[in-house]
Amino acid sequence: MEYPQSFDVIVIGAGHAGCEAAAAAARMGARVLLLTQSLETIGAMSCNPAIGGIGKSHLVREIDAMDGIMARAADLAGIQFRVLNASKGPAVRATRAQADRSLYRQAVRALLEAEENLVVFQQPVVDLLVSGDRVAGVTTQMGVVFRAAAVILTTGTFLGGRIHIGLDNHPGGRAGDAPSNALAERLRALPFRVGRLKTGTPPRIDARSVDFSRMEVQPGDDPLPCLSLLGTPEQHPRQVPCHITYTNETTHEIIRGGLDRSPLYSGAIEGTGPRYCPSIEDKVVRFAERVKHQVFVEPEGLDTAELYPNGISTSLPFDVQIAMVRSIAGFERAHVTRPGYAIEYDYFDPRDLQYSLETKALEGLFFAGQINGTTGYEEAAAQGLLAGINAARKVSGRPAWWPRRDEAYLGVLVDDLVNLGTNEPYRMFTSRAEYRLRLREDNADHRLTPIGHELGVVKAARWGAYGAKRAAVSALDERLQGVLVRPGSVLAGELQAVIGEEISREVTLLALLRRPGVTAEKLARVVDLEEADATVREQVEVEAKYAGYIKRQEQEIARVRRHDSIQLPASLSYAGIPGLSNELRQKLEQVRPETLARAARIPGMTPAALSLLLVHAKKLSGARPVPGAAVRA
Amino acid sequence: MGGIGVVRISGGRAVEIGMATTGRGLPARRAVYAPFLDADGLPLDVGIALCFPGPGSFTGEDVVELQGHGGPIVLQLILDAVLSRGARMARPGEFTERAFINGKLDLAQAEAVADLIASASGAAARGALRSLQGEFSRAVEALDTAVLELRVFVEAAMDFPEEGADFLAEGQVGQRLAGVRTGLAELIRDARQGVLLRDGIAVALVGAPNVGKSSLLNRLAGQERAIVTDIPGTTRDLIHADLSLQGLPVQLVDTAGLRESLDPVEQEGVRRARDQARRADLVLLLEDDRDSIAAPSPLLAELLLSGVAPAMLVRVRNKADVSGGVPGVCEAVAGDDVAVVRISARSGGGIDTLIETIKAKVGYAGEGTAYTARKRHVLALQAAAAALAEAEALLAAGEPAELVAEELRAVHGHLGSIVGAVTADDLLGEIFSSFCIGK
Repeated sequence: MEYPQSFDVIVIGAGHAGCEAAAAAARMGARVLLLTQSLETIGAMSCNPAIGGIGKSHLVREIDAMDGIMARAADLAGIQFRVLNASKGPAVRATRAQADRSLYRQAVRALLEAEENLVVFQQPVVDLLVSGDRVAGVTTQMGVVFRAAAVILTTGTFLGGRIHIGLDNHPGGRAGDAPSNALAERLRALPFRVGRLKTGTPPRIDARSVDFSRMEVQPGDDPLPCLSLLGTPEQHPRQVPCHITYTNETTHEIIRGGLDRSPLYSGAIEGTGPRYCPSIEDKVVRFAERVKHQVFVEPEGLDTAELYPNGISTSLPFDVQIAMVRSIAGFERAHVTRPGYAIEYDYFDPRDLQYSLETKALEGLFFAGQINGTTGYEEAAAQGLLAGINAARKVSGRPAWWPRRDEAYLGVLVDDLVNLGTNEPYRMFTSRAEYRLRLREDNADHRLTPIGHELGVVKAARWGAYGAKRAAVSALDERLQGVLVRPGSVLAGELQAVIGEEISREVTLLALLRRPGVTAEKLARVVDLEEADATVREQVEVEAKYAGYIKRQEQEIARVRRHDSIQLPASLSYAGIPGLSNELRQKLEQVRPETLARAARIPGMTPAALSLLLVHAKKLSGARPVPGAAVRA
Repeated sequence: MGGIGVVRISGGRAVEIGMATTGRGLPARRAVYAPFLDADGLPLDVGIALCFPGPGSFTGEDVVELQGHGGPIVLQLILDAVLSRGARMARPGEFTERAFINGKLDLAQAEAVADLIASASGAAARGALRSLQGEFSRAVEALDTAVLELRVFVEAAMDFPEEGADFLAEGQVGQRLAGVRTGLAELIRDARQGVLLRDGIAVALVGAPNVGKSSLLNRLAGQERAIVTDIPGTTRDLIHADLSLQGLPVQLVDTAGLRESLDPVEQEGVRRARDQARRADLVLLLEDDRDSIAAPSPLLAELLLSGVAPAMLVRVRNKADVSGGVPGVCEAVAGDDVAVVRISARSGGGIDTLIETIKAKVGYAGEGTAYTARKRHVLALQAAAAALAEAEALLAAGEPAELVAEELRAVHGHLGSIVGAVTADDLLGEIFSSFCIGK
């Protein structure tokens, strides 16, 4: 049956990528249909119940800066908030929210339903409609045909999903949900490179069977942080603590005893798992000398007794899981509510994508989220945002947009994926961002909200709030610049007492703020800064202190951008460049970087190899340097 | 240019030109005894012709070598014969450049070959050989690995603070920083030796007329180069001598005597002498030992005023044979940084001491383990050392770890400009294989 109404953009999948994609396209003014197997699982957290964390919270802030939904939902659902890396500097400082699963789902659903251009429909998609080399729509299981010029696939782990517990395995997209096999078959017929990845979850535990007195308590932060610029601490629901316990030698003995029935070690799992999120059996085998491993005991929500023991993800047989869990302090009498499992799924090589996340093979088809080989809600949501923006731009005939590596973690993410691909589930880390000092949580809005406004993805309320914050920042900045502190004055005396340093020459308050150890909070003890709130003070302080570093990085960025202007022709044959190592040649053939700067980011690249590429690129673009013969005596 | 002169032809027409010049077929990699014919087909010389077809040749192109017996003149005639058949003279370094473009050398190797060709002394040639075999690259790589290990600690502390990976707090980072600092300082010292070996130093000889500058130059050069007479003002022009002082290439410039003269030619000479002194790496101020060392020296004052650093100045008291002074190091004048050495250019007394003083002043350690590092390498290493010092300072001051990390990234970048960059993925790979990370 042909659905009576057509759409601009269809989004398949209502996980974190799908919801963000649908909302972004709708904010851009496109008519959006969001298709999901189940309306009950919109915004479901399949893995641990938390949003943010190091590297990830940066993505969340960026999504928020573009007026996305993740941060706002997390503020409404967060039941424990912490700021990590507080002492290590503003660039690596990261906010993490433990979320109530059900509150989070509700918040996401409410935010989607607030979008006027967006409708949802519950039905599995079984086929893509293709017209020539363009996508034209989708067909659902019951034969409904939906037409749209752009389709965004955000199918997570559902494509060819297979769940492993011990040596038993069965098809599944998530525990309790069916995989999308028909769609997977359809996509495998298209010219995409497909790979297999693996991830896992721990067994869940009934809190009523746990002895918390044997664990460390980990309370949330005070004052309570927010993830969204539009958020307030008052929005947060009741706050609860998490707990920490540890595995021990007995736990490890039990795990070693079950390895012969582990799908990881018996070869039943072929997909590659993430190195940074190993299963507990992986940790015990690879780091045999460790006598204990941390387990973060996270509540699944306020209204449920279920717990998520973060750190013991496993695919060992259920009997081993029970024994293993019960060997851990506090879990001696634990009741497992759901077994842990590993899941293998298809992903598509992101090197087959353009930077807009549109596939190279099929015009109008976009991929976002775990389907591209990433892991994590935040990574998925960030891609969803980008795909949503670009799908909307596509259908209205506008060129693609994506941020550069020096503008956003989203730029790092998309460049890493599209330029280099990945062979393990890709997760964001701050160390992936070479311009880390610029890409901070505190300035995500400053970096991206004006761009988002220009793109049309930022709505009036956000734009207003952003404008107000910037005005306050400028005002404070000017004020600090306007106050001259004279040595020997009363003000100087008071300031010296607070900062513990001599003021020997005339200096503005702003210059004083640049000194190591001087903070806006310290200045506020002497000077009245009441009109500026903590966020504004922090912003002014960080901008003052980091100005020198930012300037230095700008020179580096300018250099890279020059390299980005050197195109490597599509006709460049790497096999024909002698002097490149086989390894590099292979990588270059696979990646086929479009510019010298992108080639430079390939792991293992050397200056000599880059020089060779440069010389050959120049050679191809004309001017053959070796005419006739030369002679030397 | 000894007994054999070699003409080397590289490029697409090399074999054709080689065959025309020898009148023979040239099988691959086989020595062919053949006459070398001029443009009219008349024999100029008889020698060995060798053909190396590309890509298995030095440049990666077809290469033909003609090895003749003759001296410079015959060699020039063979060259003309080859040029008349369509070859052209190579630009300086063009063979290496072609080898590089054709992938026969990596950048460091190509630079090492260039150094080998340009090396002005035996020690530099041996240093170039070491670099060619990658010793310098290996040394930098070892340091690069140490920095990678260090960054692994710092980055892990920031990306995985909840995994018990907070090494910043444990003082390990500070220790490792100090270790890298030492390694870097050693490498800079060795690399600097390489630059000294490659570029050599310029030494200016300054002195009043007739104190024996030309005699000293001749003594150091070991042969007659400047005309030595008793008439003041004989040396009007700058006279250069390229010497090798225990492997250290030295360009010695004998200046006109720094005295005011009405003769316009001499005036010009004096002006150039002062110029030369300012630009030299080291200035030897030659004095007559019969004059009192404590007496005011207008020349010394003038040199210091024109910007010559006292540390780069040596007062050489000549004519010890007539003054009766003991050759060797003299005590410096009180309150003065300028070293003083007494010699006799005529008898050679004190010359060894002077050479040792020169070596010490420019920091030359003798022919040891020096690499032929390029100036660019030394600059990169120095920039790395500066960033490392900044990282240590930030760490000591308790500044945020991300700033320490930023300086370490800069250190890595500078080393990477020599041996290849380390990407974020390499870094993460190290972290994951070193620590048990992940919930």
